[in-house]
Amino acid sequence: MEWETVIGLEVHVQLATQSKIFSGSSTRFGAAPNTQACAVDLAMPGTLPVLNEQALRYAIMFGLAIDADINQRSVFDRKNYFYPDLPKGYQTTQLDEPIVGPGLIEVQLDDGSCKQIRIHHAHLEEDAGKSLHEDFHGMSGIDLNRAGTPLIEIVSEPDMRTSEEAIAFAKKLHSIVTCLGISDGDMSQGSMRFDVNISVRPKGTEELGTRTETKNLNSFRFMERAIKLEVERQIDLIEDGGSIAQETRLYDSDKNISRSMRSKEEANDYRYFPCPDLLPISIDASYINELRENLPELPEAKKARFVSSYALSAYDANMLTADRATADYFEALSQACGDAKLAANWLMGELSASLNNHDINIEHCPISAKQLAELISRIKDNTISGKIAKQVFEAMWNGEGSADTIIEAKGLKQVSDSGAIEAMVEEVLSANQAMVDDYLGEEVEKKRKKKFNALVGRVMQASKGKANPSQVNQILQKKLDS
Amino acid sequence: MHTQSIAELAQGLRKGDYSSKELTQHYLQRIEQLDGNYNSFISVTAEQALQQAAQADLRLAKGDTPMLCGIPIAHKDIFCTQGTRTSCGSKMLDNFIPPYDATVIKHFQQAGSVSLGKTNMDEFAMGSSNESSFYGLVKNPWKMECVPGGSSGGPAAAVAAQLAPAATGTDTGGSIRQPAALCGLTGLKPTYGRVSRYGMIAFASSLDQGGPMGRSAQDAALLLNVMAGFDPQDSTCIDKPVPDYSLTLNDSIEGLRIGLPKEYFGEGLDSDIQKAVEQAIKVYETLGASIKEISLPHTELAIPAYYVIAPAEASANLSRFDGVRYGYRCDNPQDLNDLYSRSRAEGFGDEVKRRILIGAYALSAGYYDAYYKKAQCIRRLIKNDFISAFEQVDVIMGPTTPSPAFKLGEKSNDPVTMYLEDIYTISVNLAGLPGLSIPAGLTEGKPIGLQLIGNYFEEAKLLNIAHRYQQESDWHQQTPPAAHKQNSEV
Repeated sequence: MEWETVIGLEVHVQLATQSKIFSGSSTRFGAAPNTQACAVDLAMPGTLPVLNEQALRYAIMFGLAIDADINQRSVFDRKNYFYPDLPKGYQTTQLDEPIVGPGLIEVQLDDGSCKQIRIHHAHLEEDAGKSLHEDFHGMSGIDLNRAGTPLIEIVSEPDMRTSEEAIAFAKKLHSIVTCLGISDGDMSQGSMRFDVNISVRPKGTEELGTRTETKNLNSFRFMERAIKLEVERQIDLIEDGGSIAQETRLYDSDKNISRSMRSKEEANDYRYFPCPDLLPISIDASYINELRENLPELPEAKKARFVSSYALSAYDANMLTADRATADYFEALSQACGDAKLAANWLMGELSASLNNHDINIEHCPISAKQLAELISRIKDNTISGKIAKQVFEAMWNGEGSADTIIEAKGLKQVSDSGAIEAMVEEVLSANQAMVDDYLGEEVEKKRKKKFNALVGRVMQASKGKANPSQVNQILQKKLDS
Repeated sequence: MHTQSIAELAQGLRKGDYSSKELTQHYLQRIEQLDGNYNSFISVTAEQALQQAAQADLRLAKGDTPMLCGIPIAHKDIFCTQGTRTSCGSKMLDNFIPPYDATVIKHFQQAGSVSLGKTNMDEFAMGSSNESSFYGLVKNPWKMECVPGGSSGGPAAAVAAQLAPAATGTDTGGSIRQPAALCGLTGLKPTYGRVSRYGMIAFASSLDQGGPMGRSAQDAALLLNVMAGFDPQDSTCIDKPVPDYSLTLNDSIEGLRIGLPKEYFGEGLDSDIQKAVEQAIKVYETLGASIKEISLPHTELAIPAYYVIAPAEASANLSRFDGVRYGYRCDNPQDLNDLYSRSRAEGFGDEVKRRILIGAYALSAGYYDAYYKKAQCIRRLIKNDFISAFEQVDVIMGPTTPSPAFKLGEKSNDPVTMYLEDIYTISVNLAGLPGLSIPAGLTEGKPIGLQLIGNYFEEAKLLNIAHRYQQESDWHQQTPPAAHKQNSEV
């Protein structure tokens, strides 16, 4: 039987606020455990939450970016469950009256086709702390630095049919939230986490199969693998005569396996009710309009602008607008070096290769856009060739200094002195008389060209790559033809 | 000194009749010698009180100090006090020393008042008799075999026995007004949002409100001046200017329209209390007020609605007491569930457990609509009853409690009878209105409370109306006979 996969996503996005959603503690990542948890975060008796307006603003901006309804009245609820990293014994979240209502996101797939994915809603909530199960001699450690970090949870409709669509959707969300500047989108630090709801059904049928939820996937790659794994598991199970249990599953990325975390029967009764410590949020239309008017450029608009103002291909523009940091880097680079095409090539070529190899985000790139622009400018003004530039780039990456410093220090400056090149050509020709004769005797144009290039290569080699290649071409041609 | 009003004490301090240190020492001595009879304090902070008094004396010497500067006050042990154990009357918090002050406590410190210590209360403010405290029951200074009321039984007994000039309390369903009535005090529950709840350990967040308990409307006004005000740390606190409540105490109440809800004078009301309330109303008539019978038709639904909403909120508010970060933790927990269940089973008393169970049940899947949601609808109806009543009258009056102080142990095994204690006070919390109880008589040597209910943020008017009555009567000046006897000793 042919099966169809149905996927819905719940995406937790950490908002890039300075302080927590209901307290003044810092949200900075990586601090020593429990150094960023105040009395409110620790749920000390008598402490009360106060909503961080910036978190609210960011949630509304997200809603506006996906053209969703912004609910002018929204309510925080308490979701009750006991866990040591949940200090209050309930999570403050939104259930029936979320801040962002239904919206729509369009994603582009690799084959160029477009797919629309409906957003059911997005709501504001607080993150929990972290339980640490190692290094405590059989006990668990609790780090509450993350407790109270603002999140929006974006809930999609079950509109995706393949893992490719799910990944494209996830990437699109990443691109939107980073372009808006409402999240750093840094998945290695948990700034975006995905819960994937998956079910399968015989192709052509309408009724949804029983779904499972695979929780807390924190990279696109893991998400793709987890989906593939779960779809196979479900199909195998059904085809073997079994049935799917509604359950929550955990994916182990190290072993590429998933296991059941809890079944529907074991699921908590969260006893949601409106949080009496926080009044319903009431938002003026003018407040929303002001945010709408000042909304940063969205990925779609940015892409279109990149195509029109920088004369980039749609493919390049798409790559460069995948996240805000890349787009910003590109614009800074292009402006500083004055050549959008070269800027795009370098960014998507050498730079992103190095970033990938070293697993570094572009925000933490060791070479600034201005520094890279200097290198590109040296290619443009013929100080160095493109090939030498790669060598310089590597030195820059290793922190050996600016492009000019490295070119100077390593004597990589291109030789454009025609006298010097002529001398080198003479030398190569006299040392390689056999190749010269071979070239001169060749009558097939194509082969002749190849033999000519071999001689160019010898000259370049002799110059240690520093000779201006077009000058070498010119002079060599002249010499051979004379 | 202990027979004087706060205004008199403030004057005495300024005239140099005594220093704050002397005054504080006097009260500390009384507490030490007499509180063994009442058990009204959980913690007495003598050393700190004397330090605060010394500072207050320095301020007083410079002049131009707030009214309460140098005045000793007792705080209900529900307000967090930095460096001083704040137990909320529970074993759960017996070891809890807050690293912060409640906003109300900060206000008193800024005013220069002296904190004598932390008073007894029903565990987590759940009770109407102060019998559920981990620190033992509190006795009513008027009748030692009777309860002082609750949950602010400690503050009520302390002020009635003249162990403190005044005290702070909190009121979720009557916890200021009912003990004030039973102990012959003036107790005010302000409008919800008038006094900050930050640092006040939550029972039912949408109902809890701190307020003053004193010997007169005038004293209560002076305390409210300090307690009221906007607090950016409490999202439910309302940003509205605070008037000087003592300035309007003597305003004329000529033409005041008093509403008497017929539902407050029906079955179950003690006849002496009914008579006392009627007598008080007559006094108001002589002051130029007019009387109108009104109806608050949903009154009988108040208790059932309250006993869904308050426990529901409490069930979540008390989840933080899990033995993980602070407070009581059971010995040798075997695993996480054992840690939770034994810490909570051993740390909470029966009434608290009962309310957590009721609340969790009312919120659980399948019951939410039938209980919690319905109770919220009733709450709205009750509020609407008051809103329409206040279109016809300026203040609503009636008894604070259906009966005077009952015997210790009399109702402690019958929660439903105990819950009925708050039949006249609970609606006021559900509606978020201000309510005030003043002494209006004695029956068999036990005080009777008259309740005044005002419109939103009309605390000044309530205090004015109460004060005018206290100019015409001396019920509020009466003191427990037992206290008289003991007074001669100290």
